[in-house]
Order: sequence, then C-alpha cells, then structure tokens
Amino acid sequence: MGGRDATMVLLDENGIRCDGRKVDEPRRIMIKAGGLKNADGSAYIEFGDNKILVGVFGPRDVHPKHMSNTDTGILRVRYHMEPFSVGDRKNPAPSRREIEISKVIKEALEPAVMLEKFPRTAVDVFIEVLQADGGTRCAALTAASVALADAGIPMRDMVAAIASGKVADTIILDVNNEEDQAGQADMPIGYMPRLKKITLLQLDGVLTPEEYKKCVDVGVKGCEIVYELQKKALHDKYFGKRND
Amino acid sequence: MVDKRKYVIPGDIITSGPFRPEQNVMLEGNNIIATAVGISEIYEDSVKVIPLTGKYIPKIDDLVIGKVISHTSLSWELDVNSCYVGFLPAQDVFGRDFSTHVDELSSKLKTGDLVAARIANFDRTRDPLVTISDRDLGKIDAGILVKISPSKVPRLIGKKGSMIQMIEMATNAAVTIGQNGWVVVSCETPEGLSKAKKAIEMVNEKAHIANLSDQIKDMLDSKDES
Repeated sequence: MGGRDATMVLLDENGIRCDGRKVDEPRRIMIKAGGLKNADGSAYIEFGDNKILVGVFGPRDVHPKHMSNTDTGILRVRYHMEPFSVGDRKNPAPSRREIEISKVIKEALEPAVMLEKFPRTAVDVFIEVLQADGGTRCAALTAASVALADAGIPMRDMVAAIASGKVADTIILDVNNEEDQAGQADMPIGYMPRLKKITLLQLDGVLTPEEYKKCVDVGVKGCEIVYELQKKALHDKYFGKRND
Repeated sequence: MVDKRKYVIPGDIITSGPFRPEQNVMLEGNNIIATAVGISEIYEDSVKVIPLTGKYIPKIDDLVIGKVISHTSLSWELDVNSCYVGFLPAQDVFGRDFSTHVDELSSKLKTGDLVAARIANFDRTRDPLVTISDRDLGKIDAGILVKISPSKVPRLIGKKGSMIQMIEMATNAAVTIGQNGWVVVSCETPEGLSKAKKAIEMVNEKAHIANLSDQIKDMLDSKDES
C-alpha cells in the first residue's frame, strides 16, 4: 500500500493483472453476517485486502426529534475510516470524502429499504473501515445491506456492489488500489440483482460510449457474484452452513 | 394447511400466483417476494414469512409486557421493547370518572413497574394505545423478567402452546409471554424458577434447531445437575 511503483505492469501480454487476477476476476470476498452483540444487525466483509465492519441500529427513536418524518422512517449512514486503515495515519475526523461516501451509500440503500413501514423512526448504519485497499465504498455498501437484513429491516432486495474500470485500455472487474491510482477509469456500481436496478453509479475517468456500456455490463455481472456471497452469508448465520 | 416451508432472505421469490401477501412479503407483478430473513409458509390463499430477526412492531390485540417509564397527569408511558412508546391513558385504570384533581397516577403504577397489557389500537401515525382493563392484565407483582428476541416468541410458545406447557408442567412455574419478547416467570420454588428461566433462554439461543423440544425436555428432566 501507499507509494506508487512506476515500473509496475498493470496488465501483461497474457491478460494477467498486477495482482495475478484475470480481467474479469474479482478479488477474494468473504462476508460474515452478525458478530456484534450490541448492534441490532451487523456484518463483516473482507474484500481483497479491504476489511470493513458494519453495525445497524433500529428502527429506533429519532434524536434530534426535528429530523423525524411523520410519513416515513429515515436512514442515516456514517462511513468512517480508522486512523490505521491506510498507510499514513488518517485524521479520525470526518473528511470531505467520508461525508460524500456516507451520502452516496445512504442513497444507494434507500431504494431497497422499506422505511415507510416505520414512520417517525430512524435506522442508523455505522460503517467502520478497518483496512482500506481500493473499492471500500462498494465493499461497505455490500456489507451494509447484509447488516440491514441481519437487523430484520424489511427490504425489497439486497444491494450488491463492485467496481469496474479501465486499465491499459482494457475493461476490468474489481479495481484494486494500484489500478485505481494508475488506471484510466474507475466505476463503482451498486445493483439490486432481482429488481435489476442500479442504485449507485459513479465514474472517475474518461470512457467512450462503447466502453461505458461494457463497463456497466461487467460491473453488473460482478454484482451478481457478490449477491450470491451475500445470500450465502445470511444462509450460514440463520439456517446453518449450506453444502454447495 | 401449511405447504412447503422454505428458508428465505430479502428479495427471494417465494411463489407466484393468486395469493394474498401477509407479513413480511410483498406482491410484485405476479410474484410474492420475501422482505425479511425467515421461513416462508404458503397457505391455501395466502403467503407469509415468519421472521428470524427484527424488532417488535406493535400489532392490535397483542399481549405485551411493558415497563412504566414515566407518567403525566393524564397517562402513563410504557416501554414495550419497540421503536414506539406504549400510551396508557389514566381513564383505563381509574374508570370514566377519572379526575386529574382527585386521582394521583403514581398511586396505581409507579415508574419501573411491570404491567401485562394489550395493544388496543395502533396505526403507525401515533404511538400504540395500550389497555390493562381486561382479565389477566394489569400490574405484575411477582416474578422475574426474562428478555428474549421478539422473533423467537412463536418458538417459545410452540405448536398450540406445546413448548410453554411443557416448561410450565415440569417446573410448576407460571409464565406470561409478551409478544414483544419480554417474558415474566414466577414460581414458588427457586429451583423451578431458575430452571424455567434456563429453558426460556435455551429456546432463545437455539430457536433454529429442529429437535429443540427434546433437548428442552432432557434439560428439564435432569435432576439438579448443577
């Protein structure tokens, strides 16, 4: 992590990336539902070298009271990076970037959560990034929707997320830290696989219209892989290990 | 009649066809979709999901155990282990000739008291209205409070009350189960009390195990293993 290696080859002639993956291969993903006793719902995700813990509270009383809405519940998300999550110490105060990611994740989760069932209440999602290695917002969103399901909050569908991007003129799946720093484009996608709806789409970089379409397609396929792992995490906690 | 039960998570399609969606499911097009982690049950004309997690949401006619958290001159407020506060009007206890000048609310129920109450009305726009003017309702004078997950209450009751009857018979304890996951246990002997409490906590922890009744029975039958 940290400094950029100028001699690093992002994509070699055999189509193998800097960390040994193929172009359409995600990193190793492990999701665990539950784990925190005092939270109503929780989840832990390891997404390559990303390690993220999510706790969910609610539905519960809204404080301050003026934030509550008589028509619907509200969703509040805090995304926070630990000082030790990156190479150089990160100031623990919320940065511009963390405030933005909190908002983006909140808006990506809202279409999935049926908050209208709990007017005058709030659902709080706390995301702590323990270790960051590129693509934390996608990993955080994936874990947050598992934690919401673990808390028993009614949802229309799970939200799965992964980033696609462009490196060495090739569209790739699951951009890691090095590829994010040195690559040409990075596109995080949040997707509800059953409803077939995209809830998060950002793009940093330049893509042609054809590349853009391909990037979305690759990302959506990646989300479906992530979705299966989310389902498995919940199955493992509530119904015992599956044998498949 | 219960047809094939299935484990579901939010977003899973349970079935399609002309069914009435009940708890924790939604109708989308022709498909019935689960909205919570739980076990789906298909009846003759309806589908529902029994949730395995989640907070208590008040439902009209539910029996709940509440704890008095405060009172004004007109009503009490009860903690019912939910995101909403139970509202118990003074008329319910003092009768229709209740007068704020004559009657003092703390003479009947004090902060911290436990009550068995019934949800009289709830429509999500206001806090749930509860009542204690019915048989078997009112202030609880004796017993200990055991807190379990509200989603495991049906498991504690068992099929037609089989599980709770078994615990009551074996320990001679009286158990009042609130739908909100709060359970009051009272018993004449301390051994029975601790055994009943242990059994209830065991149901809470092992609710997903298939032969739970047998395990509880073994635990209850074992004589003072401690």
